[in-house]
Amino acid sequence: MGFKNTILRPKSFVYAVIFILLLFMPAVLPVYHLMLFESGLTFAIMCLGFNLLLRYTGLLSFGHGALFATGAYAVGMMGKYFPDLYRIEILIPVALLASLIVSAIFGFICVRHTRVFFSILALALSMVLFALLVKLYDITGGSDGLHIDLPIMFGKSYEGMKRFEFLSGAYYYVLLCMFTILTIIMLGIVNSPFGKALQSIRDNEVRAEMIGIRVRRYRLYAFILSGLFCGVGGALWSFVNGHVTPEIAEWVFSGEIVYMTLLGGFMVFEGPIIGAIIFTYLKLYAFSITQYWMFIIGATLVALVLLLPEGISGGFVRLFVKLRRGKATGAA
Amino acid sequence: MLNVKNLIKDFGKVRIINPTDFEVKEGEIFSLVGPNGAGKTTLVNLISGHILPTSGKIEFFGHDITFAPAYRRIKMGVARNFQVTNLFEDSTVLDNVRICLFSTYGKIKKGLLPANHYKTITQEAVDILDMFGIVDRKDMLPSSLSEGDKKILDTSMAFALKSKFLLLDEPTSGVATGDKFKVMDTIISAVKKKKMACMIIEHDMDIVSDYTDRVLVLSEGKIIADGNPKDIMEQDNVKEILFGVTN
Repeated sequence: MGFKNTILRPKSFVYAVIFILLLFMPAVLPVYHLMLFESGLTFAIMCLGFNLLLRYTGLLSFGHGALFATGAYAVGMMGKYFPDLYRIEILIPVALLASLIVSAIFGFICVRHTRVFFSILALALSMVLFALLVKLYDITGGSDGLHIDLPIMFGKSYEGMKRFEFLSGAYYYVLLCMFTILTIIMLGIVNSPFGKALQSIRDNEVRAEMIGIRVRRYRLYAFILSGLFCGVGGALWSFVNGHVTPEIAEWVFSGEIVYMTLLGGFMVFEGPIIGAIIFTYLKLYAFSITQYWMFIIGATLVALVLLLPEGISGGFVRLFVKLRRGKATGAA
Repeated sequence: MLNVKNLIKDFGKVRIINPTDFEVKEGEIFSLVGPNGAGKTTLVNLISGHILPTSGKIEFFGHDITFAPAYRRIKMGVARNFQVTNLFEDSTVLDNVRICLFSTYGKIKKGLLPANHYKTITQEAVDILDMFGIVDRKDMLPSSLSEGDKKILDTSMAFALKSKFLLLDEPTSGVATGDKFKVMDTIISAVKKKKMACMIIEHDMDIVSDYTDRVLVLSEGKIIADGNPKDIMEQDNVKEILFGVTN
């Protein structure tokens, strides 16, 4: 399949249209909603990474919040200790490096186990990071967290600018570009021989070992890649939020990552993206309607598991298949 | 080529493989027979690195591989199939073979271009499936294959690893009786074409004597006979163990 054919496929065409529509978002959406949408996009990047482990490697992590926090805190700490280097071109690689180190350590320990043991180990390690972020007050700002200033982007300083102006201007396009590039990279990874190797490990660990795949090592690679996506997501999110607190390293947020992915449907590549964006809105609306917003989130999860076990995207796929089949029999 | 010396495997206090010695020459096709529980599959597991022995030595082309990890043995050229089919159930038949080829050619580290981009490897996977006669099912999931076809797929995956020594654990179990010889014909001609050495575990003595010139008889973890099938089957102890006949 050549590059030309890839471009001409209907799916690619739909993606291109969506991308062009997204370019006009700042003109259409009110600033407040745009900010929500932007944080949805950063979560989407994170969930893509999370799903590389869940869908393609068969590992459910309850500690990915810590990797997201690593990226966000990398930005915060750079602002605190190296204000001269507070440029987005430097901050993103630093966030990548930080999440590389943390996910390599986490991964090294976690991939020794699978299933629930893996999940609990990831959860435990993320709580260690959470505790460090809270307790090391002098370094991390403790439970108050760190303020995130507007970064210098490509030589242009945004000092004195209001955050919402920054977010509805150039930053939106930077974020959109990052999101697009990372989605394409992830799409490449899951369809590549490397992605196939991960899927074979998920399907049958014993056989994977016996066709020459170093199972643990490949799980570690997947964990690190997943961590890098979370790290970038966290770094990009920190600018949208303007403040980082240890809560994002806590298990509650890690649980929300799982929730987002399930909501969108983890069996479909695009599922986590849809889930992350819808979750951002769902949480906010539930929040504004009632103080028992967690009840709404919980009820949605129950409804989801019972009615749409494959998530929103999975439901769409099923509907599409049904309609198509209906059409085929109708024509015949 | 392969040299097994004094190999012992204990599970707890039970000795499954008693001190065992045998040699395999390059390109040699031979069979391993023995009653249930004799340790045939354990021997395959030990040579392929699925489990590690208690003591003894396994040499492959002069290299000591007794405790080498499985991936290194595969790289050196030891491949196996599984008696109870062991497939990637959520991948298509084609992908099951293709991932083996990606592994063989060291492409599993490539993470950006889609698998379909590697056209020669994809074509080779199709050719292997064609050779084993299941190419028309290449886009199906293994779960929708018959037991016999699953077995053939399992064998073709082991074959795709392009080994120098192929261990086949009952490649015809589950295959319809009428197809057994056809499957064996395919396997043997493929193996001969690639000049692989091959050890076949088999229960059917007709297959053993038709396809192999050498047979090892394993009983209670010991090799009790090694030689030409016709001569071996005349031996009293072999008769007793394999057919339950006592003179």
